[in-house]
Amino acid sequence: MMELDGNAMAGELREIFAVDVTAARYTCAGCGHADAVATLLLWGRDMGRVGRCPHCRDVVLRVVHAPDRIFLDLRGTVRLELPLAGS
Amino acid sequence: MARAAVPGRLTWRAATLAEARWETPTARTLVLDVPGWAGHLPGQHVDVRLTAPDGYSAQRSYSIAAAWAADKTGDGGKVELTVQRLDDGEVSPFLTDVLEVGEQVELRGPVGGWFVWRPSQPAPVVLIAGGSGVVPLMAMIRARGAIKAKQPFRLLYSVRTPGDACYAEELTRRVRDDAGLDVRYIYTRKTPDGWTDPPKRIDVATINTYGWPADFTPDCYVCGPTTFVEAAADILVALGHDPKRIRTERFGGTS
Repeated sequence: MMELDGNAMAGELREIFAVDVTAARYTCAGCGHADAVATLLLWGRDMGRVGRCPHCRDVVLRVVHAPDRIFLDLRGTVRLELPLAGS
Repeated sequence: MARAAVPGRLTWRAATLAEARWETPTARTLVLDVPGWAGHLPGQHVDVRLTAPDGYSAQRSYSIAAAWAADKTGDGGKVELTVQRLDDGEVSPFLTDVLEVGEQVELRGPVGGWFVWRPSQPAPVVLIAGGSGVVPLMAMIRARGAIKAKQPFRLLYSVRTPGDACYAEELTRRVRDDAGLDVRYIYTRKTPDGWTDPPKRIDVATINTYGWPADFTPDCYVCGPTTFVEAAADILVALGHDPKRIRTERFGGTS
């Protein structure tokens, strides 16, 4: 059962990126829906997570943790739009 | 400070339990000493990590209920989390029932830049909470009170029974002292004596009556379990609220 959303990815994404990616706007490769990464439906837990588009349920991003690295798969998003600091 | 080592990146740091109190029979507020805590935006959360002696670790996200920034020497930083115990959970029963004052956990944050209220937002605010989803919304109410912000806030707070409401006394006091804050409870299983409504789930009539009209273009924040969040957000849209002004956070039910 899905219990969380993209908001809960903020910590692990801030470990990879210097900016907050949950506030970024994704455009779904499947349906074209665009919204904040925070709104993705989140599945999975510590080992790996899948974020699905709340509009069409396609997988937008995947994050997988290995002991010494993180894999980030973004093939489900056409683009990410990130607000610049101060905007 | 560890964070200074890699600018921009976020790292784990130790937090020490300074004080704890029960909000309800199953929700405990943890007051953590966090040296160097630089402040947060209301609505943000932290990740908490527990590591067993054998190296096994588990982490969960918890909304910040309140926080105080450290002074220039790094002292005085405090973060308050309210944790709902989930009986089949791996992390929450430890935080509510086992962690003692003086013991440490690892903490990472504050994080999350979307489900936040910034005092510079001029619009009135509707807050809709399901159960422990009230925590980040309480941080917004406390921040509004601390800076004496003028934007009027309305909180709609759905709980099973009167005894399940967190921060009940504080909310009563804040409503009494602050004409810009209203709170309306929705009871889903048992109502207090004298309550005119039957137990019910959040519905169109309640949000229409106790929220702000869509014409006021309020900023809306909804936090709770998935089914609650979807029901409340759908009602807001049906009442004419702009989806761009509705921010949601689905609060985990299994941690």
